[in-house]
Amino acid sequence: MNVNILIPSVLRRHTGGQGHLTVTAANLPELVDRLGEAYPDLKHHLRDEAGQLRRFINFYVNDEDIRFLGNHSYTFQEGDEVLIVPSISGGTR
Amino acid sequence: MSERYELKCRECGKSWGNCPKVVCEDCFSPLEIAFDLDTIRKDFTRERITSRPPTLWRYAELLPLPDGYQPSLPSGFTPLVPAPHLGKELGSANLWLKNDAVCFPTLSFKDRVVAVALAQAKRFGFNAVGCSSTGNLANAVAAQAARLGLEAWIFIPADLEAAKVLNTQVYGAHVVPIAGNYDQVNRLCAMVADQHQWGFVNVNLRPYYAEGSKTFGFEIAEQLGWKLPDNVVVPMAGGSLITKIRKAFRELTELGLVEHKDVKFFGAQASGCSPISTAVKAGNVDIDPQKPATIARSLAIGNPADGHYAIEAIFQSGGWAEDVTDNEVVAGIKLLAETEGVFTETAGGVTVSVARKLLQQGYIHPDELTVLAITGNGLKTTDALAGIYDVAEPIAPRLAEFENFLGKILGSAVEEVSR
Repeated sequence: MNVNILIPSVLRRHTGGQGHLTVTAANLPELVDRLGEAYPDLKHHLRDEAGQLRRFINFYVNDEDIRFLGNHSYTFQEGDEVLIVPSISGGTR
Repeated sequence: MSERYELKCRECGKSWGNCPKVVCEDCFSPLEIAFDLDTIRKDFTRERITSRPPTLWRYAELLPLPDGYQPSLPSGFTPLVPAPHLGKELGSANLWLKNDAVCFPTLSFKDRVVAVALAQAKRFGFNAVGCSSTGNLANAVAAQAARLGLEAWIFIPADLEAAKVLNTQVYGAHVVPIAGNYDQVNRLCAMVADQHQWGFVNVNLRPYYAEGSKTFGFEIAEQLGWKLPDNVVVPMAGGSLITKIRKAFRELTELGLVEHKDVKFFGAQASGCSPISTAVKAGNVDIDPQKPATIARSLAIGNPADGHYAIEAIFQSGGWAEDVTDNEVVAGIKLLAETEGVFTETAGGVTVSVARKLLQQGYIHPDELTVLAITGNGLKTTDALAGIYDVAEPIAPRLAEFENFLGKILGSAVEEVSR
């Protein structure tokens, strides 16, 4: 599925200044992998040394916290808008 | 450290100087203010502190304030009072209230955090400030921004208590009602702060803001005669206050202003929004977010920013967390008012009723010195008590009518006793 991602400004220095990205991914772990492949700098910002998604990054799908949608098991729909919001609104995992 | 304080990543430890930043750009973890306590150790004495006016500014050395900052409002230094009658009801022989229901200027502990955040907003050159708020913060930002001549933009869930909305508008603030819960409002504010050059006290100024909460702890220690309590029971929304009271006690201990004591920290939530207490009771160190459904709207944060750190503070201190139903919240408000003459908002009702549970469950020992954090004023959440009290039919202004009225009241009291 093609998913539109909004990148917060704090992350944009790792995406060459891009604020909007489109990637093809079925679920959240895949989306993070695709981002990491496209922007290797971003990889270790999204996952810790153990490969876990970092605690202080939140993902929202069409304005809903992905944890309410099944988190890693949620299957993206064509055109989903994914928002990445760091830390000030809490942790993921 | 070129100044006596600076931003430091809570996870990777990287320093970021002083700027309106809340996230570590290396690991995206939260930033916190770190102090160089050695620079103040010699001069920051009990004598020096007590010689100053009774406001939160007496602890200026332990707050991230710009050099030479001249505060304009005497906030803080609220009463710490023994609560023997409430203690008797709850089963504690040594219960105290730290009463921020009367904090200046807007009657909640949020006046503390805003006082510190806006000092930095001025320094960073913001002309407009704002916040996402469940009400008390809205009031505090609106009032103090007016005092400092700053424009204020306040983002609130649209279903907030009417008194809290009015108490924001009266100061001339721009109110932005959002059709959503606090977590959605907060997320929007993170994006607005990303786009506009505004100082959001609980977004890009959050590390500075959060330090203001320490004054709640400094005051408890000083008002107990430079001693730490055994237990503190703290209402939890975003989870910041409980961690900052702990930080305050630690700093006073490190500076030798109080003797070391292992204070236990207890967190209080409403069952209808209890991500932190639920995690504590399940032994988890991370929260699962919740959709809030409680009358304790000032605590209705389903995805608490400092949830993880609040849990850590509770577990490390040997404390615990509990939550109570909306009926228990109302019972707590009434009990505190009837026994100690303090009218608190719903968050205070949560704290009182959670304290009862913790005493019943044996987490708090009756003889230990326990402080309840009363963080807001009941006049702001009168909706919670709507319909609870009957008002009698008016009587004519004649003595005979009154005697008749009295007879009925006493009669019903006698009836109740004999039942």
